[in-house]
Amino acid sequence: MNFELTEEQLMIQQAARDYAQRELIKDVTERDTKAEFPTEHVRNLAELGFMGIMVDPKYDGSGMDTISYVLAMEELSKVDASASVIVSVNNSLVCYGIEKYGTEAQKEKFLKPLARGEKIGAFLLSEPEAGSDATSQRTTAEDKGDYYLVNGTKNWITNANSASTYVLIAQTHPEKKHKGINALLVDKNTPGISLGPHEDKMGMRSSDTHSVMFTDVKVPKENRIGEDGFGFKFAMKVLEGGRIGIAAQALGLAAGALERATAYAKERKAFGTVIANHQAIAFKLADMAVKVENARNLCLKAAWLKDQGKPFGVASAMAKQYAADIAMEVTTEAVQIHGGYGYVKEYHVERLMREAKLTQIYEGTSEIQKIVISRDLLK
Amino acid sequence: MSVLVYTENWDGKFKKVSFELASYAVALAESMQLPVAALSLGSVEASELEKLGAYGISKIYTDTNEGFNSLDNQAIAKAVSAAAVKAGATVVILAHNNLGKAVAPRLAVRLKAGLAAGVQGLPVTTSPFVVKKLVFTGKAFGHVSINSTVKVLTLAPNSFGLVEKATAASIETFDAGLVSADFATTIESTNKVTGKILLQDAEIVVSGGRGLKSGENWGQLEELAALLGAGTACSRPVSDEGWRPHGEHVGQTGKIIAPNLYFALGISGAIQHLGGVSSSKVIVAVNKDPEAPIFEAADYGIVGDVFKVLPQFIEAVKTIKSA
Amino acid sequence: MKILVLIGNVPDTTTKIKFNADKTAFDASGVQWIINPWDELALTRAVELKEAHADKIESIVVANVGRAETEATLRKALAVGADEAIRIDADAKDAWYVASQLAKVAAGFDLILAGIEASDYNGSAVGGMLAEMLDMKSVSAVSGIELADGALKISREIDGGSQTLSMQTPLLAVVQKGIAKEPRIPAMRGIMMARKKPLNVVAAADAEEHTAFVGFELPAPKAACKMIAEDQAGELINLLHNEAKVL
Repeated sequence: MNFELTEEQLMIQQAARDYAQRELIKDVTERDTKAEFPTEHVRNLAELGFMGIMVDPKYDGSGMDTISYVLAMEELSKVDASASVIVSVNNSLVCYGIEKYGTEAQKEKFLKPLARGEKIGAFLLSEPEAGSDATSQRTTAEDKGDYYLVNGTKNWITNANSASTYVLIAQTHPEKKHKGINALLVDKNTPGISLGPHEDKMGMRSSDTHSVMFTDVKVPKENRIGEDGFGFKFAMKVLEGGRIGIAAQALGLAAGALERATAYAKERKAFGTVIANHQAIAFKLADMAVKVENARNLCLKAAWLKDQGKPFGVASAMAKQYAADIAMEVTTEAVQIHGGYGYVKEYHVERLMREAKLTQIYEGTSEIQKIVISRDLLK
Repeated sequence: MSVLVYTENWDGKFKKVSFELASYAVALAESMQLPVAALSLGSVEASELEKLGAYGISKIYTDTNEGFNSLDNQAIAKAVSAAAVKAGATVVILAHNNLGKAVAPRLAVRLKAGLAAGVQGLPVTTSPFVVKKLVFTGKAFGHVSINSTVKVLTLAPNSFGLVEKATAASIETFDAGLVSADFATTIESTNKVTGKILLQDAEIVVSGGRGLKSGENWGQLEELAALLGAGTACSRPVSDEGWRPHGEHVGQTGKIIAPNLYFALGISGAIQHLGGVSSSKVIVAVNKDPEAPIFEAADYGIVGDVFKVLPQFIEAVKTIKSA
Repeated sequence: MKILVLIGNVPDTTTKIKFNADKTAFDASGVQWIINPWDELALTRAVELKEAHADKIESIVVANVGRAETEATLRKALAVGADEAIRIDADAKDAWYVASQLAKVAAGFDLILAGIEASDYNGSAVGGMLAEMLDMKSVSAVSGIELADGALKISREIDGGSQTLSMQTPLLAVVQKGIAKEPRIPAMRGIMMARKKPLNVVAAADAEEHTAFVGFELPAPKAACKMIAEDQAGELINLLHNEAKVL
């Protein structure tokens, strides 16, 4: 056992922290209010290597481990979960999937610009009538010989407008059910693709979420990832890794709220002393700290398993479910500690609370994570 | 053995800090029972030189070589070193300002002397020679013992004050032996700040923070500063945003100042900022956030809107001035 | 052109300062160490210059005086963009001692950059002392460095304004805020490359010390702030005049 981070991991953590505390913080409230995509920040994060953290340097990535990814996600999410979800989707859903299961030609064409952050990616799985139940895909990719003809609608797509590369999950052989599903790499500019309106969300407001409609969209056969019918397995494998990113995001939201609540409790006075001296507040902070530490340990354990090449699906489900649920609790308590100030935007914690809610919902709800965990337990 | 003080001039006039240095050198020399002399480099009129006598300086060395106007660090260090040898100085005093900070370390090496930079007031003891200075960028004081025979000090501006002591000063022309090749600093242009109080010299400083919202909102702050004869300063976010020049940034990584009166307007008072101003004798804080840490450091405070408070300050100062 | 940047290892600027029981030494327990902020800006400017003038700048070397635990700071400097690091294996005693050590490794550089002070003991001395030991020209309070044809264009702050200078190399520039806008955040590519860059450890030379800290004190706690109502702001000015007597 060794709980020490390496010097490089510490440096990446500090780099993410510096960028978040110095740059993201400047306009985060304004971007939240206006639901404005952080175009310039994404460019800067790309230059710093955050858009392809775990991708092999031979495909223009940063070549870092999953632990570094967790550390970076935590620090970015302490300040701005909208920016960090853009990072997370690009890294663990899009880049990871192409690098692990794509062909050399696909990596050359699609992965490299994504890893450099010149282009960003989106992962198109959810449908109006298929969220948690990913087996029932209604979007079809009809085999037309040398291309697939895609029709259907995808919902709640993060980066839908800002992305150039889509990883699309669609049904080719309905009769084979989930074994007929394929994953396709689709250029967003392909004719027949249109976007629904920008979703006006409760939190993570500056990430751009849309539904995406496909009408007779032709996708070349060579853009299919893996064998015919590999799509469902692909999606499940990719989501296992994706959960670590969202778990780390939830951890960051909780840890950021704890940092703010602690600082506030040491400053704010009531009944003649700082409120941190009141046990009601001090114990709240202690409870929050334990939860944050537990979430961090679960995230790092899942990342470590992945880095070691060991199975990590259950560990990442535990990390995601626990971190998301405590993020909701800890951010809510942080607002409570702030009192009235917590309810106004200037103090950030109300935003962290709104953002935390989404971590319990997307990339597998807390309930879905419990299905994964319990099925493994009871098998 | 003697005390030598390098009294800087600008455009042929002594800087205000030079009179404080003279006052300090005289007091220090007295406590050590040593003679004291001042050194002036560059062209300064005799009538100006004599002003040092008002602060107790009895002997002045002057080298009027025009080359010193280039503020060449190495050349000035050579000259001060030559004067220190000539005067048999065991303590050499410079200002802790841009020029003093540049010259003192070079001078210390030439004289094989220990250097204490940014000294606050007279030594704690003179044998052993221990001085007090700010450390950790204003968050604490340290006592430094200088163990070499010759000691070089830079005095933190405004930490001692002016002490008048009328004395007849004898002026001695001195040739530090520098030739034109010594002055290898080529000045292409100079941008003089005129009509404004230098931040380091200012007894009163009016400083603005992010609470002023934009670089265009400095009018009233400048008006107040002008009325008070005060310098203007700002917090780090303000200079980072480009609302004010970097030279005005006070705090850690900016300037450390110690005026008699410091106005912190719309400055929350992060620990890094407080480090740079905590030695101010009186701090006034105006901030709309009652929890802002600046109120912990301040002597007088107003929880409120800077733009509502500033006009009242300006009126009140005008009233006092006209009384 | 070869550039040397002097690096100091100091407590993080948000550190709460504590001393040992008899107040003779800084209590470093639990302290996080960083590159001295001015040195970090100097390094950032050196890297910017190298990026803009790859043809003219051959290498950037960073050097510090410190024990093995300061290597993290040097590796960060390598990640930010220095090509090589030198650690002189000694405790950073007084400025004279540190400058004497650096003088042993500073030969052959065209431009040496030093921060104007260190945020721990605020000595403002190492750069100037090193220049004198090397008999090198120096410019202080430098807030801008550009490469011009065959010379360096330097902006410096003087007491009463600012100046633009034309200086020949070799030169030691003591730099302050403004030299670079923000300290450079290392990119992951840089962090990865830092692994492969040389970090040479050099034994310390014999050198003198002329000063020593013999004690520390924390500022006396302030009396409570006297609060005045927003609409009575003029009253505060009267208090400054009549009570505090600073107006």
